[in-house]
Order: sequence, then C-alpha cells, then structure tokens
Amino acid sequence: MAEGTGFSIHRQPGFTAIAMLCFVLLYLPIILLVIYSFNAGNSIAIWEGFSWRWYQSAWENEQVQEATVRSLIIALWASVISTSVAVLAALATTRTRKFKGQSAVFAMINQPLMVPEIVTAVALLIFFAMIKVATGYTGLMYLIIAHAAFCIPFAYLPIRARLQGMDLSLEQAAADLYATPFQVFRRITLPQLWPGILAGAMLAFVISLDDVVITEFVKSAGQDTLPTYMLGQLRRVVTPEVNAISTALLAISVAMVIAFTVLSKMKN
Amino acid sequence: MTPAISARDLRKVYPGDPPVVALDGVSIDIRDNEFFTLLGPSGCGKTTLLRMIAGFEHPTAGTLSMHGENLLDSPPHKRPVNTVFQSYALFPHLTVSQNISFGLEMLGKPADEIKATVDEMLALVKMEAMADRQTSQISGGQQQRVALARALAPRPRVLLLDEPLSALDFKLRKEMQLELKRLQTETGITFIFVTHDQEEALTMSDRIAVMNAGSVRQIGQPRDIYDHPAERFVADFIGDTNFLAGEIISTENGHAEVRLTSGKTVPAPAPEETQSGRKITLAVRPEHAGISAGNDGLLSGDLREVVYFGTDTHFHVALDDGTAFVVRRQNRPDVASDLQAGTRVSVDFPPLTGQVLRD
Ligand SMILES: Nc1ncnc2c1ncn2[C@@H]1O[C@H](COP(=O)(O)OP(=O)(O)OP(=O)(O)O)[C@@H](O)[C@H]1O
Ligand SMILES: [Mg+2]
Repeated sequence: MAEGTGFSIHRQPGFTAIAMLCFVLLYLPIILLVIYSFNAGNSIAIWEGFSWRWYQSAWENEQVQEATVRSLIIALWASVISTSVAVLAALATTRTRKFKGQSAVFAMINQPLMVPEIVTAVALLIFFAMIKVATGYTGLMYLIIAHAAFCIPFAYLPIRARLQGMDLSLEQAAADLYATPFQVFRRITLPQLWPGILAGAMLAFVISLDDVVITEFVKSAGQDTLPTYMLGQLRRVVTPEVNAISTALLAISVAMVIAFTVLSKMKN
Repeated sequence: MTPAISARDLRKVYPGDPPVVALDGVSIDIRDNEFFTLLGPSGCGKTTLLRMIAGFEHPTAGTLSMHGENLLDSPPHKRPVNTVFQSYALFPHLTVSQNISFGLEMLGKPADEIKATVDEMLALVKMEAMADRQTSQISGGQQQRVALARALAPRPRVLLLDEPLSALDFKLRKEMQLELKRLQTETGITFIFVTHDQEEALTMSDRIAVMNAGSVRQIGQPRDIYDHPAERFVADFIGDTNFLAGEIISTENGHAEVRLTSGKTVPAPAPEETQSGRKITLAVRPEHAGISAGNDGLLSGDLREVVYFGTDTHFHVALDDGTAFVVRRQNRPDVASDLQAGTRVSVDFPPLTGQVLRD
C-alpha cells in the first residue's frame, strides 16, 4: 500500500494510547487478581510473598467443594440440554424452506441476548415459585432449566454458523443416493456439524458456570453455585481465597475458549 | 415405447427482483438407453433442468414423468436417478470407497454385494489404488472419476451428468469421453449429459438438445443438428457458420430455390413452413465452401486475409454485398496455396450444402 492513501485507524493520533489504556483497564485487574491469589498473607492488597496456601484452603473448604460440584452439574446439564435444543433450532432455521415467522423464531431463540437478565431472573423467580407451591419440588432442576434456557442462544450461534457454511450439495448428493432425510442428517450433516456442536456446548458450559444474576434469584436455600458462594463471601471477610477460586474459574474458561476457537476454525 | 424421461412445458421461475425465468416451457422426450446431451451457453438452464429431474427443484409449471410415471411427487431419495454433480459433492469425511458404497448402503444391499460392486466400480474408473484415500487427498480429475463411480454404483435407470468432464485436461478428457460412451453402451443406462462444449456433444451423443435462454431450440442427432441447424442461434453455437441473405424463389418438398444477393440461385434444404418470396438467411459452413481466383462463382468478393492453422487454412472474404464470409480449406503438402490477400475471388458451395434458417 502506498503511503497516505486511504484511512488507516492506527495512523490516527492517540490511537495507540487509547488502545493501551483499554488493554490496561481490561487486563490489569485480572492480572492483579491472579497475582494476589498466590499471596502468602491474608490481604488482597498487600503482597507478603508467594504461597499456594489459598488454593489449598479453597480446596479443603467444604462449602467450596459443594458449590463447585453443584456448578459443574448444572453447567453440564444446561449445556447438554441447550445444545440439543440449539441443534434442532439451527436445523429448523437453516435447513427448511423459508417459512412464515422464521425471523420471529430466530428472535425468540435469541431472546436471552436481548431481554435484560434481571427481568428474566425475576420472571423465573415468580414462575418457579408458583411451581414450587404446586408440586413441592425444590431440587436443582429449576437451576438447570433456567441455565439451559439462557444458554440456548450461545450454543445456537456457532452451530448455526457451521450449518450455514456447510456445502448444501453434499446433503443433496446423499438424498440423490437414496438417503432418507434422517439418514442424510445422521450420515452427512451430523459428522460435519460436530465441531460446531462441541463449540456450542463449551460456550454454553462457560456461560452457565459464571452466571450470577439468574442463579441468585432462582436458587433455593443451600443451593449456592461457585459464583454465588463467592459473592456471599465477599460480603463478609475478603481473603485471597476468593482470588484463588476466581483464578481457577478463569483457567477453566480460558481453556474452554481456546478449545472453542480451535474447534470453530477446524475444517471438517 | 414410453420415453425414459418425458418433460412437458416445464417452467421454472426463480423468485427475485426481477424474477429469473430459468426454464421457459421445455418439452423433451428422452428415450431408454439413450445418450442424450443438453447443450447450451452458460446460464441457459441446463443445470436447472437436471436438478428438476433429480428432484432438487420443483417446476413452476409443467409435468415430468419417468417411464410413464409422474416424477414430481416423489422426493429425491425415491427417484431411481443418480447425479454426477457439477461440483462433484463428494463426502469429505468419507474415503473414496465409502463414497462409492454410500448409495448401495442406503438401498440396504448385502455387504458382500456392496463390496463386489465397489471393487467393480473402482476398477472401472481406475481408482483401485486410491480406494482408502480421503477425497481431499486426490486430484480434481480423480474426484470427478469417484463422483462418476459413486453415481453409477447403484445402477440407476437414468444417470444425470452435469458437465462431468469440465475439470479434466485435454488428454484425460478425450479418454473419459470414450470411457463414458463405452460405459453407457455397456450398461444400457440412459445418460443425460450436460455440457457447453459443442465438440464434446457432437462426438458423444445419440441426440442433442440445444438450449438457449431457458428454452430448447432444436433436438436432433449430432449430424442433423450440425448439417441442418434450424435457426441462427443453433447454427452459430455449433461450429462456425457463414450467414448469407437470400430470397426464396420456390419451394418443393423440403427444398427451396434461394436467390443470393449476387443474383445467382442455389437449392438448399428449408423448414417446411418456408414460403416463396420470403427474405431468409442461408447458413453455409466454412468447410463446405470453396474458393478460387476469378469473378464467376456463386458469390464474389475480395480476399482480405489468409490465416494458416496447420490442418487447414481460413480465407476471409468480403463479399460484394459487404457480408463477411470465411472459407476453410484443408491443407495438403502437395497442393500449394496460390491465393494472396487483396485478390478478387469467387466463392462457391455445392447445391444442398447450405441450410435455410427458420426466423
Ligand atoms: N437458486 C437460484 N436462484 C435464482 N436464480 C437461479 C438459481 N439457480 C439458477 N438461477 C438462474 O437461472 C438461470 C439458469 O441457471 P442454470 O444453473 O440452470 O444454468 P446452466 O445452463 O447450468 O449454466 P452453466 O453452464 O453456467 O452451469 C441462470 O440465469 C441462473 O442465474
Ligand atoms: Mg450448470
């Protein structure tokens, strides 16, 4: 490219400074959080040397253990359910003839992205309260269903993207070779859709894992997940144990996001 | 005998702004065991017609039947028709032999029969050595051969081939043309073959349908279409042609006496509806015409250019009425060409070699 032709954002004055500032604001707090999770002292602000003690303490904390297991169970079920629904929804919105109200369906699937989370949370609280009164059931199912619902759009988007990028003539070739619509899906579509499905499921898993607002509203007594437990802790004494748990969560999320990126770029 | 495929007044309009009329009233009867070619320029509706027979497009109007039975109500997987797709559409997650066995598996054939057929197909397209390769690891020409084997394996009654040879280099293409023709004769499967290569169409087909802008312009045997093009588009699209203005003096059972602008007359085959007194266009193939120095032929003019092509020489003549005319003469080492650009020449062609075109 010749000098001085066209608009280039990184030659605008102040661009570098603003970019740096954004980076610092985004990452400095997280870096500090990670650093202080290794603090040997009791403070989250005064460095007293390196130690694993808060990791050990979190590991041995029974409440943390319970919350972790609960979080994982909910995230697992929520991602399985939301991904299954998302696959069906993605097929319906990409593999059928255009039908009336298709964009309405699309909007409904993505509703959790647009409706403020707090509104959904309140609505679910009221709705589930009614069911609780009627049935007496107070188990984890409410949380699982709530999480599954708001995870659907996150699972849906990568699956839909993959379906749209797929060569339609492959499915036609299979139909041409006597495969019924179900066989086409089983033998041709699904094997190629796997990366999208895995990516969607992981995204749903991570989203479920760190949800606070809806969980806080929907959970019954003693149903803390890791994030709501941490929130509760922060209201009392703040020790680097919270940093340690956060860092562990961060590690899981980063691992998932990396896997997600790799999978969505994977061809076939 | 009922035709293998019978299309009546097929129309296809793709919605849009403006809507695209891809097929504009196509009627074709394709016979059993026939090598039938759809020939036409890009965008004339060849693929659309093929996809309609396979079941991937539904006509806006018209009927389509196979061996007398309505096809339009059956979904693609119930039609005993297989396709070699223009883009091959090989399954990327399956190996070469898994691709070939796919149709047989879907038909529920027993395992030993599938294996035998796959081996036979692999041998047929000379791909035995690559049976276990992934389809992304073979060349374009090899992919094309796998696509062909995959479509042939279930022994369909009708095989649809959408420009199956277009990706091959010249030599392999010639080889595959012969191979395809042999396959068709041996298996007795009806082939509907799409191409926009007129030479390919002429060498391989039993009959050709020449299409333009969504409609069939002429159907006939290769020789028929080449020697007796019905209209200007066909004459121009297949081979090179000279167009001469003329007037009908008289007609008699399919032949007309045509007066050329030079005032001389010549007999030529003409469509039945041709009437005396009509101004018409006469098509004359360059290789049917002869050229000599002088002024006393059917037509005369000035020789503008002489172009040497190895097998033959092209003489570009400006006729006295201003029309451009090309004469093609086969070269022989023992016959020297004495004609120079700039000389006065006369152009002749024997009676009945021209063709009166429908207008
Ligand atoms: N799905 C579609 N939607 C709208 N228009 C289409 C569609 N498919 C084809 N067309 C149009 O219909 C016409 C016929 O297309 P078709 O693919 O049948 O041509 P073709 O003869 O096979 O051409 P080629 O030799 O380039 O393959 C073209 O003008 C094309 O643009
Ligand atoms: Mg085409």
